[in-house]
Amino acid sequence: MTETLEITPQLVGIILCGALAIIGGIGLITLRKAVHAALSLAFVMVNLAVIYALFDAALLAAAQVIVYTGAILMLFLFVIMLVGVDRTESHREPIRGLKPTAIVAGIGLCALIILGVGSALTATPVGLESANATWGGNVESLAVLIFQSYVFPFEYISALMIIAPVGAMVLAHGARLRPKRTQADRAAERIAAYAKSGAHPGPLPNAAVTALHDSIATPALLPDGSISAASVAEAMVERDAVVNTQWVAARTAERFAELNGEVEPAVVTPEPLELIDTDEERGALK
Amino acid sequence: MNPTLLAVVTLAAVLFCIGLVGVLIRRNALIIFMCVELMLNAANLLFVAFAWAHGGLDGQVAAFFVMVVAAAEVVVGLSIIVAVYRARRTTSVDVPDALRL
Repeated sequence: MTETLEITPQLVGIILCGALAIIGGIGLITLRKAVHAALSLAFVMVNLAVIYALFDAALLAAAQVIVYTGAILMLFLFVIMLVGVDRTESHREPIRGLKPTAIVAGIGLCALIILGVGSALTATPVGLESANATWGGNVESLAVLIFQSYVFPFEYISALMIIAPVGAMVLAHGARLRPKRTQADRAAERIAAYAKSGAHPGPLPNAAVTALHDSIATPALLPDGSISAASVAEAMVERDAVVNTQWVAARTAERFAELNGEVEPAVVTPEPLELIDTDEERGALK
Repeated sequence: MNPTLLAVVTLAAVLFCIGLVGVLIRRNALIIFMCVELMLNAANLLFVAFAWAHGGLDGQVAAFFVMVVAAAEVVVGLSIIVAVYRARRTTSVDVPDALRL
């Protein structure tokens, strides 16, 4: 074999992108966090797409980016988000000496594949110019192959693509622990509570609408002037976000007195709303 | 021996073995699954490279089918991981050991 080593642009591109892909692959198995591993896998996939393009596989290069980096890795990231990103894996080794053995086995298999397959590479590559040109381009020629020679495998695969999401839905669908409460059930519960303890079965009162402030943070005033706790959400009370409506009512009364000419109009300086934020005030919300 | 083919066979073998080592040494089910995807991609790379070497598009069709099957596999596999996480609150492959003798 006396042929000279010919450096083609294709070879340079494969070596460059291949080196980057190997770096990404090593990142995939060494990085601690699953998110970082997923991103380095995305990096590998993009580099492989470039190599596919260098081998005249335009459709596969596009599909690699769209299917792998676009769909599959986004699904991975989505599941990482669902199951928690900060969960670090245990460092306890289930089998002693697993890591060095695995690495030695990996390097050994790698050498075996390269030597075994590499020694069989005797023929000169044909290239895809004529195959791609048969029907006018890579996509057209692939389409003819898929829909003529490979039409039955293609149909089986489309059946698989229908079945797989159904299986995923069955697996990911959580079983209901207790029967669903319907609207009728809730109504029956409310009436039962009314019969038992006299709890009001109707809707809860609205928040107050005053001239100064009308957000849902303003609880309604009862006829006796006290604040109705039922008219604001409990979570807002706990976060000290509820406005003291009695204070708002007093300010409103001052403005009305000025407008009616009962007192001299004063320059109104904006002041912060008084909130219900002490334990004593919260205790008064009953 | 063609240098391009030798380079791509080396790359595919290295990526496949990185995936294999990852499957063996990592304990997070999600990362093991990603390593399996890497191994599938290494095989795909050889399909594309040998399609180019043989001057026919059948290898690209095979790579296309592998891609579709990988997508279906990911959908089912990830939902299994989510189902195991719901039951056991873990993604480690060491914790679900109900089948251990």
